[in-house]
Amino acid sequence: MPNVFWCIVEDDRQGMPKKVMAEVIGEAARLSGGQTEAVWLTDRASDAGLKQLGEWGATRVWLLENAAYAPYRSEVWAGAVAELAAKESPKAIFGAVTSRQRECVARLAARLGVGLAADCVAFAMEGDTLVATRPVYAGKLLSRVAWAKGPWVATLRPNVFRPAEVQPGKTAAVERPSLSAPAAVMKFVERREEASTGLPELAEAETVISGGRGMKGPENYVILEDMARVIGAAVGASRAAVDAGWRPHRFQIGQTGRTISPKLYLGFGVSGAIQHLAGMRTSKVIVAVNKDPEAPIFKIADYGIVADLFEVVPELTKEFKKLLEK
Amino acid sequence: MKILVAIKQVPDTATQVKIGAGGKAIDTTGITWIVSPYDEYAVEEALRIKEKRGQGEVVAVSLGPDRVKEALRSCLAMGCDRAIHLNDPAWNDADTLATAKALAAVMKQEAPGLVLCGRQAIDDDMGAVTAQLAELLGWPCAYWIMEEAIDADGKTARAARQVEGGLEVFELPLPAILAAQKGLNEPRYPTLKGIMGAKKKEIKDLKASDLGIAAEPPQLSVVALEAPPPRPPGRVIQGDVPTAVKELVRALREDAKAI
Repeated sequence: MPNVFWCIVEDDRQGMPKKVMAEVIGEAARLSGGQTEAVWLTDRASDAGLKQLGEWGATRVWLLENAAYAPYRSEVWAGAVAELAAKESPKAIFGAVTSRQRECVARLAARLGVGLAADCVAFAMEGDTLVATRPVYAGKLLSRVAWAKGPWVATLRPNVFRPAEVQPGKTAAVERPSLSAPAAVMKFVERREEASTGLPELAEAETVISGGRGMKGPENYVILEDMARVIGAAVGASRAAVDAGWRPHRFQIGQTGRTISPKLYLGFGVSGAIQHLAGMRTSKVIVAVNKDPEAPIFKIADYGIVADLFEVVPELTKEFKKLLEK
Repeated sequence: MKILVAIKQVPDTATQVKIGAGGKAIDTTGITWIVSPYDEYAVEEALRIKEKRGQGEVVAVSLGPDRVKEALRSCLAMGCDRAIHLNDPAWNDADTLATAKALAAVMKQEAPGLVLCGRQAIDDDMGAVTAQLAELLGWPCAYWIMEEAIDADGKTARAARQVEGGLEVFELPLPAILAAQKGLNEPRYPTLKGIMGAKKKEIKDLKASDLGIAAEPPQLSVVALEAPPPRPPGRVIQGDVPTAVKELVRALREDAKAI
């Protein structure tokens, strides 16, 4: 079996790979000694997108371009990747933890009859075997897992792995394999766009601001959004705030919401219940602001301020603005 | 319409978990077990479909040791009509694929019109069984659904799945599998009558041999469980708000290089 690692491309549906792919390709390249190929299922690839994948280090792009690949359907995607994998025998198939890849890659692993490790945060080659590390039990433990046979199928948590460095001018060979015509069983009806906040997507954002029960009501999130616009952050919420109906569920961070791993997490009025920590404890830098010095979030915070968030937030927004205007 | 709901029993979120002897599984002593929260949305939705149609059957199914009966009993108390317990030591090391294979065998016996699952179980958070079950059966499936509607003659499901940036609505020919996301509904609490009634409902035990399948070795195995590395000790910044905020911004920029 060749030592090639495949990376299934997550794109923005407009022809560009998302930046999480720099992380997936970077990690795959590290593990395979640079033998990394991208598999891109799309209805519209772009030259800029192909160039981007090459500069991130993909040596080849398997371009599966067909109207049937959008919007994504797991049976169609898994079928196409499995067919290609049967011909090319990759050593591993990596994806990013996104709503569609979580499903597609699980289905793919079943079709190939191999194991799946979802939501991985680390990998190591132990001899000839890949061992993956993934959080379990609300992040209270880490589980190291290994496959009985290849290809090793896994998804990678965004913002955890070091992104590939851009190699200007490096290009990927583009292959357009001929595969069976995709037969979709599911019929697409419509897409309903969320009202755009103009802020980054929660799971992918490098900085996340989160408001908990201490926000006191839905009308107060505007102060977090003001700060978010200054520093380019996403705004999330704790379960308490979501269950109170202050924020839609898609903004919930935690065990029954989104798992995030930003470079910087700022929690305001968030107590730090285990179920919230499960969704953000792999954040690199954690800041907590809470009136209650006993709030559990201070146990994992790198920086804490014990104060009223309504005093801190406007002041902090002002200071961030000053800093970033410099 | 017959609806099967696949559920998993998991440790309560607030329960402390310890690594057990052998280092590959948790010590189950003293654990409080619950039905995984996403699975409760699946059970609730199945019950609502049955109630709306005025007929049908909702069957809860779960794989695991004897203690899993308690979780199935909770589903019966919510209103499921009967339950199937895949209870066989041969499945002790079952990974998602082995679990999906066992469930697929159940689906072949039961021939439901619809299968509902939770988006993921909150113990291992793999989120794979639903899609793998769909693959083994050759059925369509939709993940992270926020709403669904079954047509009057029970031939198609219309489901809205949550994706980055919005909802995508699909029509799936039945039988199909839907994975419930939080927000789909608000699960009911069992009534006293429901709890009493659940004691009389059937929980059928099935072994691999009853399903005509051989338990296979897992494709993915745990090498070891570990405690996560401790975070470096944090620092509570003192002083009045303007002073503390200035120091925080300085530290984020200069020490943590996070902004």
